[in-house]
Amino acid sequence: MFAAARSGPKLQILSAAKVYNTRSGDLVAIDRCSFDIGAEEIVSIVGPSGCGKTTLLWSMSGLHPLTAGEVLLDGRPVRGPHPEIGMVFQDANLLPWRNVDANIRFPFEIKGTKPDRAWIDELLTRVGLDGFGERFPRELSGGMQQRAALVRALSFKPSVLLMDEPFGALDSFTREEMNHLVEEIWMSAPTTIVLITHSIEEAIFLSDRIVVMSPRPGRVASIHTVPFPRPRSIQIMATKDVFDLLNRIKLEIVGDRQRQGKSAEKAKALAVEP
Amino acid sequence: MTDLDAIPAFRNGVVGDSEVGVSGLSSALAGGSGVKSASEVVAIILLAVVIVGSVQIALTVLNVPQYVFPKPSEIAIALVKDFPLIAPHLFYTLVELASGFAIGAASGLVLAAIITQFPFVEKVITPYILILVTTPMLALVPLLILRFGFGYTPRVIAVALASGPMVMINAATGFRRVDRGKIALAHSYGASTLQVFWKVRAPMALPMIFVGLMVGSIFGLLTAVGAEMVGGGFGLGNRLTSYSSMIQMPQFFAVVLILSTLGILIYVLFFLLAKRFASWEA
Repeated sequence: MFAAARSGPKLQILSAAKVYNTRSGDLVAIDRCSFDIGAEEIVSIVGPSGCGKTTLLWSMSGLHPLTAGEVLLDGRPVRGPHPEIGMVFQDANLLPWRNVDANIRFPFEIKGTKPDRAWIDELLTRVGLDGFGERFPRELSGGMQQRAALVRALSFKPSVLLMDEPFGALDSFTREEMNHLVEEIWMSAPTTIVLITHSIEEAIFLSDRIVVMSPRPGRVASIHTVPFPRPRSIQIMATKDVFDLLNRIKLEIVGDRQRQGKSAEKAKALAVEP
Repeated sequence: MTDLDAIPAFRNGVVGDSEVGVSGLSSALAGGSGVKSASEVVAIILLAVVIVGSVQIALTVLNVPQYVFPKPSEIAIALVKDFPLIAPHLFYTLVELASGFAIGAASGLVLAAIITQFPFVEKVITPYILILVTTPMLALVPLLILRFGFGYTPRVIAVALASGPMVMINAATGFRRVDRGKIALAHSYGASTLQVFWKVRAPMALPMIFVGLMVGSIFGLLTAVGAEMVGGGFGLGNRLTSYSSMIQMPQFFAVVLILSTLGILIYVLFFLLAKRFASWEA
């Protein structure tokens, strides 16, 4: 966070907008989103489903071109896959025909670079996967698969890690374990992390700041700073401050949904009338 | 490449026929589970012994003449005694099958890999491939013989025409199984279209490719034997027509036995290959 203050934001999202051309007309997924992410900061993006969180994240990764606006990494626009950006996907997204070692080798094969074996071994040990290199994804539990995916994403030392609902498919205990693991890795080897999540608890546990998005078309509704010291223990997570923040964010999201629900009802009533 | 810019909410499912993978291969072609326990193997052999034995006894008791149905023992004797006479024909058939299948499978694979890159081309071409798959290529053999004579050529062409579309349509299904998440993963590392093809699409298609090769080779065998029956002086199909016209029924059934063994061997070969190289999905 201090580094961010010194050297300017790591990532800048400048009035990003994305319109999909679907059969039923244009769909505005995100609309004029702007915010900055500091170097070595963890920022979560939360919001009702369908608000364009994933679209926004994929645009940051350069996988999705924006319709308007820009994403800057270290002041330079991101226009395609970037070697300094690592991605963790919703499901672990391991290649099922490759074992763990070969999956971790995959980015290096594509990039044509040499893997840093010592670093990868260190990561594997830290996530508790040493000795599992020969295993195939189907032989691993969901949590272990996601750990392997995390190692793969960090293997080439990206300065930005984009995580797209990485632990959504895991049970709540495994999920908490993964959160602790991410915090631990981040504290010993800090990177800029952008995390999309459905879990406000997860967002509070991991983030320095939380960006709340409005329902479609997704806009930045509010940004909350999470002031709790790290490492964040279960005790801290059980305090009233955390609870209040959680409720504030939840109300913001649910309030939006209720408003949206009412307008949907109204539209339905109007449609039935004639 | 083109589907990357679709709405990401739909990206994680496998698009295409995910349920016809090697699971399809092992269920449809291996009869449920591929692996059989010792007791199952014993039961299968025992059943064969019982069937062959009762046929032998029934034919003997009912005094069925040899030209109607030869006894299993007579077939076995014919198989051993006449094998040196049949062997060259087996070789001809194998040559036709191998060369025709190689040509058909190779062009089928290349074509599948290319057309699946262009959804429009694929949609336009698929009905024609379907016609090729469903039309018995045997129907073309008389025409091919008129044009190319009684040698290898018409048979090899017929085998290629029978197996190629089969390989192609299955391989295309495989290449179409686009898991957008996996392709996006490769792209996130800056993969080129070629890298995506070799490192994601091809390995994902492999199980379906094996299904295509297996079915295609069996179709090729059928067509090779059929073409030999239509015309020409050599090959196992030719032996069938010639033995039946001379009412040499034990020899006729010996050839049938060789053909079914050949079919089983081809099947086992591709089953083992699929198990070795595409077992990740089974």
